[in-house]
Amino acid sequence: MTRAMNQAGTHRKESYWRLVWGQFRKNRLAMAALGVLALLAVVAVAAPVLANDVPLYMIKSGRSYWFPNLITYPSLTAENFYRSASRWEPGADEYALRTPIPFSPINQTLPDKKRPPGAKHWLGADGTGRSVAARLIWGTRISLTIGFVSAGIAVVIGMVVGALAGYYGRWVDTVALRVIEVVICFPSFFLILALMAFLPPSIYNVMVVIGLTGWTGIARLVRGEFLKLRESEFALAARATGMGDARIIFRHLLPNALAPVLVSATFGVAGAILTESALSFLGFGVPAPTASWGELLYQSQRLVSSGVWWLVVFPGAAIFITVTCFNLVGEGLRDAIDPRLRQ
Amino acid sequence: MKAYIIRRLLLIVPTFVGISLISFCVIQLAPGSPVSFKLLGMQGSMQADANTQKIIEDTTRAYGLDKPIPEQYVLWLGRLVRLDFGTSFKDQRPVRDKLFEALPITIELNVISIFLIYILSIPLGIYSSTHTRSVSDNVLTVILFVLYSLPSFFVAMLLILYLGGGEYLDWFPVYGTSSLAAESWPWWKRLADHVWHIALPVFCLTYGGLAGLSRYARAGMIETIRQDYIRTARAYGFSERVVVLRYALRNSLIPILTLLGTLLPAMIGGSVIIERIFSIPGMGRLTFDAILARDYTTVMGALAMSAFLTLIGLLVTDVLYAVVDPRIKYD
Repeated sequence: MTRAMNQAGTHRKESYWRLVWGQFRKNRLAMAALGVLALLAVVAVAAPVLANDVPLYMIKSGRSYWFPNLITYPSLTAENFYRSASRWEPGADEYALRTPIPFSPINQTLPDKKRPPGAKHWLGADGTGRSVAARLIWGTRISLTIGFVSAGIAVVIGMVVGALAGYYGRWVDTVALRVIEVVICFPSFFLILALMAFLPPSIYNVMVVIGLTGWTGIARLVRGEFLKLRESEFALAARATGMGDARIIFRHLLPNALAPVLVSATFGVAGAILTESALSFLGFGVPAPTASWGELLYQSQRLVSSGVWWLVVFPGAAIFITVTCFNLVGEGLRDAIDPRLRQ
Repeated sequence: MKAYIIRRLLLIVPTFVGISLISFCVIQLAPGSPVSFKLLGMQGSMQADANTQKIIEDTTRAYGLDKPIPEQYVLWLGRLVRLDFGTSFKDQRPVRDKLFEALPITIELNVISIFLIYILSIPLGIYSSTHTRSVSDNVLTVILFVLYSLPSFFVAMLLILYLGGGEYLDWFPVYGTSSLAAESWPWWKRLADHVWHIALPVFCLTYGGLAGLSRYARAGMIETIRQDYIRTARAYGFSERVVVLRYALRNSLIPILTLLGTLLPAMIGGSVIIERIFSIPGMGRLTFDAILARDYTTVMGALAMSAFLTLIGLLVTDVLYAVVDPRIKYD
């Protein structure tokens, strides 16, 4: 009987998400935003083949190498090739197929420093001669990773706290609400900055700290849903069959509270990306020399008097477009799950 | 309502304890002990001195670091209640004095911003909710959405680059809150100078919240206008103006008021970035400089202070909520 109920449950869940997707697809703006995000995800995954000083394919000293940018060849390492790839020019019998942006995001080329956008560097070069385009492409990785991991941490904590508070009520609820209020009281950016100052600089710390400070909204949301759901008839039925609390909470109630959480998580990703870029902008984010969008803006602060607009405009636009797209997708989702707007 | 307010006030106590616990834990997280930081400020040669041992012992005793951690917490809590955050590691001045010097300008900026946000977003929300699906509503929605997603530090850098002293226009000062020579000026000129200085920072602090709140104001108004009592009011033959401003507005304001609770921490957090960019000597700048200098006592003082300010803000919001919506009960 349990199995039959479960199957019925899965079936209903699938059709519900299909319904949401059907609604979402009608929203052209949200679909376009989702397309842009998919493109960004591709850029993030494909960063090594899009921007690298090591070629995609090359013939060097009579030997051909496929994807030396992805595979480390011992013979190339022996020649110290990977460190000097940007300076290597193929000779008479040699050949190199470069990536679209033939620069590494990390290697500095001091003669190119503060070079404005032009034929060599399409989006200019930063304060130490690194290609802005390459750093933006690799920065996509950092931003999206931090966005998703931080939002993931926040969703897990928020769901667990919210579900327990809403389901058990009474003192559990009281304690949870106080904890939420305490966390809200710390202006999150203050707390994140203070924590980042005390912790060793690392990308994992950035993710964990952003996640640990960003779960309160989701917890309140899930708590509200659970207050309604625990009184519903199917919750009563589940309890009547003698199921354990954990099973009722996670198998039966939580799936019904997932839709608003998904909306909130989408906004959460946007928020986490913003926070990371703000942290990097202040010099407390991802440690150097890792490429990050906020770090380019950080450089622009010191160079602002020399009018390096390309260090402000391009990374800013990257952050803005990404955040806008996540917000648009979030809005589209919110409209799609709202039964009042369903046609 | 009175019972609600009293219960709400009593609930500060556990929140206060929670805030102090988190602050205390963050201090414990700091690498090394405060004693070693005190010594860091001295010359390397002095550390080998015989006096060093005495300094270490004195400092340890002064901060109560020789006691077990729970007792340290209680001692620290006692000092916290008296707003005694210790002395700054950086310049040995009491942290409290430094905080109180920095507080007014931060409060000024945030109060002006919040005032502007509310005074502008409510009319904007009313306008676009009463003109839904019109061209002007769509344009407004797009503009607000763009503003909502623009990171404030990006906008601040653009403003500095193009409007303030960079290579382009030089319309606004980008440093501090007043001109150097302002001391000797008459008050009206000083005021104008001050306004001119804080215009850009206030803009950066305001536009994001403004965009967010206008969207909520619009949604709230649309929600309220659908209600039955509005239809009744229209059926009575009141003009649309009276229906919207007299009947719908009040109820649509309630959810916007509660948003102050989420706006406040975000604004105080945001002022770290804005104050840093525009070199404004407020709480945000103080905190940022303290973090850079690893001045832990000042960081903790600022963290605790901002948490308490937010707590007071949340409290005021909840009490106001009870005042404007008497239906609310606790629980």
